[in-house]
Order: sequence, then C-alpha cells, then structure tokens
Amino acid sequence: MAAKIDLRRFPGFLGITLICLVVLYAPLIIVAVYSFNDSTSITNWGGATLNWYVDVFTGPESPKFQQAALNSLIIAVCAAGAATCIATAAAVAMTRAGRFRGKTLSFALINLPLMVPEVVTAVASLVFFSAIGFTNGLFTILIAHTVFCIPFAYLPISARMQSISDVYEQAAMDLYATPREAFTKVLLPLMMPGILSGSLLAFIISLDDFLITNFVKGAGVETLPTAIFGAVKQGIKPNIMAISTLMLGVSIVFVTLSWLVGRVGQNKQK
Amino acid sequence: MAAGAPMGAGTTSDIYKGDAARLMMPTWLIIGIFLLAPVIMMGVYSFLTKEFRGGVVWEFSFAAYDQFFFDRGLFGDDPPTLEWTYIGIFWRSIWQAGLATIMCLLIGFPTAWFIATRDPKSRSIWLFLITIPYWVNLLIRTVSMKFLIRDTGPLNEFLLAAGVIDTPLGLINTDFAVQLGLFYSYLPFMVLPIYAAVERYDFALSEAASDLYAGTWTILRLVIFPVVKPGIIAGCILVFVPSLGAFLAPDLLGGAKTFMIGSLIEEQFKGSAGNWPFGAAAAMILLTLVLVILLIYARAQNKVEDR
Repeated sequence: MAAKIDLRRFPGFLGITLICLVVLYAPLIIVAVYSFNDSTSITNWGGATLNWYVDVFTGPESPKFQQAALNSLIIAVCAAGAATCIATAAAVAMTRAGRFRGKTLSFALINLPLMVPEVVTAVASLVFFSAIGFTNGLFTILIAHTVFCIPFAYLPISARMQSISDVYEQAAMDLYATPREAFTKVLLPLMMPGILSGSLLAFIISLDDFLITNFVKGAGVETLPTAIFGAVKQGIKPNIMAISTLMLGVSIVFVTLSWLVGRVGQNKQK
Repeated sequence: MAAGAPMGAGTTSDIYKGDAARLMMPTWLIIGIFLLAPVIMMGVYSFLTKEFRGGVVWEFSFAAYDQFFFDRGLFGDDPPTLEWTYIGIFWRSIWQAGLATIMCLLIGFPTAWFIATRDPKSRSIWLFLITIPYWVNLLIRTVSMKFLIRDTGPLNEFLLAAGVIDTPLGLINTDFAVQLGLFYSYLPFMVLPIYAAVERYDFALSEAASDLYAGTWTILRLVIFPVVKPGIIAGCILVFVPSLGAFLAPDLLGGAKTFMIGSLIEEQFKGSAGNWPFGAAAAMILLTLVLVILLIYARAQNKVEDR
C-alpha cells in the first residue's frame, strides 16, 4: 500500500503561509519603525525619537494635514452613516418583503459599485458633476463616497438579516405591537451587530479611498489620502511615515473592534 | 463565518410586503442618479468632441475611439492603420494583472489551504492576521512597499550590508514592482474565497478515495479540485478585475515604462493630456472588458447551479 500522505498537513504550506504574512506585514512594520528614526537621512538608523510625531501635530505642514484629516473624518462619518441607513432599508426590503417587482434589478443595483472598476466610477462621477455644474468639493466627495459605501454596508447587514427568523416580529405583532414597535423594538436590536459592522466597514472603505476622491474633489479640498499622495510625489519624508503609522494604528483599532463586534454577535446567536 | 453558523439560505419573509418600493427607493435614487446615470453620461461623453484644456464640445464624433484604435498619421489624412499604443497599454495591463493574479494564486492557495485545515479556533486568528493589512489604507500600503524596495530603501541597504548583493537590486520602477504591489494590494481577495471552499470540503472524502486505492495525485485531481475550483475562480476574478484598473501600484511603484490603463485614463482628466472624450472612451472599453469577464463568470456559475 502506498504511503499515506495526510492532505491536511501538506509539507511546506506552513512555510508559504509564513512568507505570506511576512510579505504582508514587513512594509508596514518597517515604515512604523522608521517613523521613530532620529536621522535626517531616512534609511540610516540614528536612534529613536518622537520628533516626527511632534512635527505632524505642530510642524509647518501640520495645518494642511490636520484640515485634510478633518475632511476625511467628516466625509467618512457622514458617508458611512448615510450608506448604513440606505443599506439597512434595502436589506429589510430584500429579506422581509417577499418577492417584489424589480427585486433582481435592485440586487444588481446595490452591487453595481462593486462591479464597476474604481477608475471608471471616478471618471463617471467627474463627468457627471461637471456636466450639472456641481463643484462643491467636499459635498461631491461625500456623495461619491456614499454611493460606493452602500454595498459594503449592505453585505454584513443582509448576512445578519438572513439568519434572523421573522418569528420574533410575528410574536411581537401577535401581542399587539404596532409595526413600528415591531421594527424598532424587535427587529432593529436583532440587526444591530450587522448594522454596526456594516457601518464600520463603510467607514474604513471611505477613509481608504484615493482614486475617486482625487477625481471629484474641488480645487483646494484635500482628504488625508490625497494630501499624502501629493506629499509623496515630492519624496517619502519622515512626517509622512509618522502619519502613515498613525493611520495604521487607527485601522487596526477599527478592524479589531469590528471583529469583536462580529464575535459578540455570533456568540449571542448560540 | 464559523462552520455551521446559521446562515439560513436566504430566509424570505413578507412582513413588509407592501413596503418594498418605499424601502428600496433611497438605494434606487442614490445609486441610480449618482452611479448609473454618470456611467451612461460617460458613455455619451466618449462620443463627443474634445475641448482643449479639459471638457467637451457637444458635437457627435467617433474621434475618441478612432484615436484609440487607428493611426491616421500626423495630419490625420493618411489611410488608417491599427494604432498599437493604447491597445498595447491595455494588453500590458491585462498581462500585469494576470501575473499578479498568478502570484496571488501560488501564494494564496497554500495559505488558504493551511488556514482551512487548522482547528476552528486558530482558523479565525489566522484569517484575522491575513485580513488586517487589507484594512490598512491602500495608499499607505503602497507607499510602504515603495519605501521598502526602492534603491536606497531598507531592503537594499540590508542586503548590501549583509554582503548578499553588491549593487542595489533595482526593483523599483519595474514590471515586477507593479506586480508585487498588486499582489500586495489584493492577496486577501484570493485567500478568502479559496479558504471558504476548502473549509466546506469534507476530508473523509479523500480518506474514502484513499481506501479505494486512489493515489494522492488522483485524489487531488478528481476529488478535491472540483470542490475547490469555484473558490479558485472567484479568487482569480476578485484579484484580476481590480488589478486591471488599478492606479496606485502602477503609478507609485512603476515607472514610465509600466504605464497601465488606470494611469492612461487618469492622465486624460488630471494630467497634461486633457482629452475627456478619449479618457471616457478608454474607461468605456475597460468597463466593457470587466463586464464581459463578470458575465462569463456569472453564466458559468449558473450552469454549475443548474446541474
């Protein structure tokens, strides 16, 4: 009989997984380490310092980056909020309204932002806003972000909805709850983990966007990614690395939060 | 996504039967007006006449597509011959995206397999580790990669100091740097669907096949591959499609020689070229290409489900 190879333990797959993790993390870790580097030459190590972080908050370029960060935050909060509300309504329709006319089309429309390549969305938005003469930089970015955040908010919410049976709402209504009460007091709390992770996802996706923002932003309006992109074109300076490291930290906090929310949601189901 | 989580294959209830239109209205309006209408308008723009320094003149013209596909000489009155510049850029983008996809598959498949065969508790931690970088800002990841691999960057400094190389590797501004950047950007898109497919696979099947004297190769080919194939195809599409229109990796990691579709389009609107109809036409061609790929995929999926 031939020697049995346990397919679950392919030799070498652990090694490839580790290589995978090294490739994924090495650039980020190295930038984080070098952001503490006290040396004017970027690549030589000259001892640890927090100078570049001080520079981010008080240096000559700090007003520009702070304004950009504020813009990014405002847009991400508003776009994620709007997209989450829209996606929640859509998820209720898709899972609680039975079959209705245009359901397939609605599903396609929700997912359209995922199917259209980013650069095409960017061009289309630019053409559209300029054709209707709408050039308010911040507001055009907000609208564009809301659009592409909708599917990202929708995915976790609808996944959550599909696992909630409607017996709870039926029971509530049998006990004379109005439809509004059945929604706000029964369905909405059950949906909450999905809504939370959907909005976090939308928030991160909005913060992440560079290409579409770069196309639709008006003159003088910058978000953090467009400001960083502009600065990087002049060379990677230490203050950029400090900003990058701060954003890295923010992303990791958010992903961990969203992961924990997901786990709590799953444990509650059991 | 734990095994056996009650996903309920789309519980449909009709409590809100009459409210569908009201609930869907915001989605229809927002995506319809601010994405569907703009894409249609972009299609219209690709048939208009360009205005210098950006914008269009409302005059119907095939000029943009003509410029894309045909060369009519310096004064535009030579007999048309095929113009290879832009087709070449598209071809290079397809090639680059394809190589990045293959890299993702070669590294992503073993990784996904490894994770899916751990015990359920450590699985979620491995998956979490793989997905974290995806949530870090793409621009920052790409800039970090540029910092790491450039000629005076830490990678080259380290290798030089260690005596492994005498001159910097010269990685930056090459095709390989762009592939590496795309690989780095979209690797989790490959790992996650393959993981989902392998996780569903019941290893008792391969044990049964083995008891029936199937060799390892036969088991891989006839038992495992059919189960894992949908995951591989989904992963390849999820990596290939965004790579095709990517802008940041080619722009930051590649040089002038590694020009891709994304940069070509960007230059028409933001850069010096300033030819809106041509940019719109290039975007339409990219969109058509992507939609064709997705359509073929969807039809293949339906065929599998019909069986």
